Amino acid sequence: MSHEHEYVSNTSRIWKVFGILSAVTIVEVILGILKPEALHLNHFLGMNLLNWIFYALTLYKAYYIVYAFMHMEGERSSLRYAVVLPVIFLILYLLFILLTEGNYIYGVFKDSTIKWNF
Amino acid sequence: MGASYGKLMMWFFIVSDALTFSGFLAAYGFSRFKFIETWPLADEVFTHFPFMHGVSAPMYYVALMTFILIFSSVTMVLAVDAGHQMKKNKVVVYMFLTIIGGMIFVGSQAWEWKNFIKGEYGAIETKGGSLLQFVDKDGKRVALADFAATLPVEREQLNRNKATWFMSESSLPSYTVAEVQAGFKAHPDLLIRTEVIYEADEATKNDATINHDLTKIKHKTILTREESMLRLGQATYVVEGANLTRNEYGSKLFADFFFFITGFHGFHVFSGVIINIIIFFNVLLGTYEKRGSYEMVEKVGLYWHFVDLVWVFVFTVFYLV
Repeated sequence: MSHEHEYVSNTSRIWKVFGILSAVTIVEVILGILKPEALHLNHFLGMNLLNWIFYALTLYKAYYIVYAFMHMEGERSSLRYAVVLPVIFLILYLLFILLTEGNYIYGVFKDSTIKWNF
Repeated sequence: MGASYGKLMMWFFIVSDALTFSGFLAAYGFSRFKFIETWPLADEVFTHFPFMHGVSAPMYYVALMTFILIFSSVTMVLAVDAGHQMKKNKVVVYMFLTIIGGMIFVGSQAWEWKNFIKGEYGAIETKGGSLLQFVDKDGKRVALADFAATLPVEREQLNRNKATWFMSESSLPSYTVAEVQAGFKAHPDLLIRTEVIYEADEATKNDATINHDLTKIKHKTILTREESMLRLGQATYVVEGANLTRNEYGSKLFADFFFFITGFHGFHVFSGVIINIIIFFNVLLGTYEKRGSYEMVEKVGLYWHFVDLVWVFVFTVFYLV
């Protein structure tokens, strides 16, 4: 047990974070059901605005779960970065490779004589 | 790094597990990008809600599951918080609530799987491997049971107890291809919906095989009656519900990914519940009271929040996007 600083109970923050997570989930569900055309039909960097919003809200929720619930904000910065940076870097790298490749294969099926199903 | 050995190792386990899950989700993204034009639309697949039969309720049920999991995360942090203050009884109550929340979540997932496996409408697979679904003149989905004809069939499931001791097969669909085709012919209002998501470009706008009154942008393409009859002529298989080979929702990979990723997540929740129960009894027995520290509760708490974290991503990727 090497708590360099005394632990402070902070239930009000826990409930506040719960409120944020719930509110964000409700917004996501409402957007998912309504699918406003202005967002759904307009694209930015190959993805529609609605999906951009969903991913942004997801990362926002993930931040609160990791930093508040898993109490990352109370850890030393060495632990914080040892955990967060490799994950972020590797996931972005993996997504970049796989999604680019998937898109390329889609193009191969679409534009050449090879057909997947017909 | 200012953390105890156990906590540090829990963090690094979480890092590796997070990378495992992101590998799965990235593979899902890969396949989805590969079949971007024909991937099933989530709000047409997950439409069930308990005690509401025949009502299309997309998203509500998963939203409820998400709340259950977030709430069980909250009770877990409260347990950790109470542990820091050495309040044994509070830890017991909050851990108990967390375990109950986890169990409800796993149960909900089982119900979700049941609906997914059973299916609702049924579909037809063609020679080329693509999937055909049925809609009425308003573009509403129609189940096979609502129109398929009844023809005398002689094909029986091969079973060991019917003297075909050397052969067996999985159960046959409720209708044969011929019954679906005859039923479709007898109902002139019915149309076929393909897997293809309609995008209004030059080629599709002038496509005479598409029913332009019913087909909406970013929805599945509905064909004209003539084209529907033509396509149905190529039918080879009746698909009902979902398994690892084929599913009535669309791309074959969709069900595989659904089963694998939500299954792997559900298994994490299940093992989380088991670990929570073990720690719960240790708390009850006063193990951590004697040890003078509730750090063990904090460590399982980390794992439990991680499960919640993964669900946040699974929720987005499978149900929203």
